[in-house]
Amino acid sequence: MKYLRALAARIVGQAIRIFCRAITAVRADWRGIEPVPRQRVYYSNHTSNADMPMIWSVLPPALRREVRPVAAADYWLKNKVRAFVGPEVFNCVLIDRRPEVDDKPLDTIIKALDDGSSLIIFPEGNRNMGDDPLLPFKAGLYNMGLARPEVDLVPTWVANLNEIMPKGEIIPLPLICTVTFGEPVHVQEGESKDDFLARAADALVALRPEDDG
Amino acid sequence: MSPTTTDIILLTLASGGILLALTIIGEILHARRGDEDSPVLETYMTRVQSWWGIIIIVGLALLSGKVGVMIVCAFASFAALREFLTLTNKARADHISLALAFFVILPLQYVFIGLEWEAIYTIFIPVYAFLLLPIVSAIRGNSDRFLIRVAETQWGLMIAVFCVSHVAALVTIDFPNYGDRSLLLIAFLVIVVQLGDLLDFFFGRRIGRTKIAPTLSPKTVEGLICGVGSAIIIGGLLHWITPFGVYGAMVMAGVSSLVGMGGNLVFAAIKRDRGVKDWSHLIPGQGGFVEQLDSVIFAAPIFYHLTMFFWVI
Repeated sequence: MKYLRALAARIVGQAIRIFCRAITAVRADWRGIEPVPRQRVYYSNHTSNADMPMIWSVLPPALRREVRPVAAADYWLKNKVRAFVGPEVFNCVLIDRRPEVDDKPLDTIIKALDDGSSLIIFPEGNRNMGDDPLLPFKAGLYNMGLARPEVDLVPTWVANLNEIMPKGEIIPLPLICTVTFGEPVHVQEGESKDDFLARAADALVALRPEDDG
Repeated sequence: MSPTTTDIILLTLASGGILLALTIIGEILHARRGDEDSPVLETYMTRVQSWWGIIIIVGLALLSGKVGVMIVCAFASFAALREFLTLTNKARADHISLALAFFVILPLQYVFIGLEWEAIYTIFIPVYAFLLLPIVSAIRGNSDRFLIRVAETQWGLMIAVFCVSHVAALVTIDFPNYGDRSLLLIAFLVIVVQLGDLLDFFFGRRIGRTKIAPTLSPKTVEGLICGVGSAIIIGGLLHWITPFGVYGAMVMAGVSSLVGMGGNLVFAAIKRDRGVKDWSHLIPGQGGFVEQLDSVIFAAPIFYHLTMFFWVI
């Protein structure tokens, strides 16, 4: 049964990847960084639920096997299908967002890093519905960078998804999606939290293509 | 084997022969250079490789007849519309009308062509889509840049669906005493327009002096004259696959090639306006489907209507 589930997860993963490619012709643009198997945290803008599958789909297989998206437990455990796709297909690191639960999300994330996984995170915390390119970042990215300074923090811009699949729409539009990976950032010695988060956000916005938005 | 099939195989093999020569030239240049890297040669080789793919797909589509042509053209329309609408202005309010463009209007256009309902497929997009899609967008009530949004969507549909589908529509033309040979009109159109482009590029590089629109494109008057001239000669040489006769074939080839080159310029202007170099990266070495098709897109509806006007009605 275990093997069967693992096989099913692989098949569903491939199907999602092929679907993303067929609909949006999603393409990776490695700008300032190479697609090599190093431990990394890909931090990305968040406008749509399809952001994470897009990034996941464009990673080369060797990198995809090592990557774990950090995601909200309340979303991915809502029903049986999601509980299969989130933890088993994408191998998500699930974070409990409920205020009454007092576990430390950072500990879970650091543990995943110590296991050798790379991560995909959305430091804005929520989907960005406004006109600004990014919402203010949460502290998590800074804390990760501080706790594990050797890990590359890679800015990852997903373009066009707010038009492909806006919140509340059911039919995705087949527009071309580009995922741009930029030069990694690290927390510098003595750098304050706000300075670092501003610098990380600037590095991400700099990857935004001119025609986006 | 029917004469049409034989001719298609002959044309595919001849195109393959030209490509084989180009591939061998590339390989020889490559071997001469040794380890030295040459970006120009690399680009040339990737382009030749993409051309192999294109010729194989077009050849197989023509051999499989009407259905194959419909499928390949519908796919090209989809890819071109996707590239086009990625770059246009749109808002949340357009979501449903854009979904209709991709998933209803595009397939319906090809269904109408498949059913050979000429009275419908020649006006479906310019009339029905033109009027109905803005209504769908207006219902959602966002007036911001409204005219720009609906105009650009309609332009995308005209270019990527209406124009591209007229390549497929050539199959449905019924000439007296011509049988299933209207398939060969597609081969004729694509060959004269694409070879005209290629020779325009070649001569433009060699002897081009006077730029037509210096701010838009490196295209030159000399290149254009040589390109259209070559297309006319090639059209004359290929007259036996058309019902036009020698001179008719030459005129049709010249007009198609000239209109196609105008299409190049128009698409260069759109790209410049949107600040992009390529429409997409789907065809290695060439950019996107729109890049590859731009001249054929412009030439197809005019070729179709001139054919209907002078040889059918």
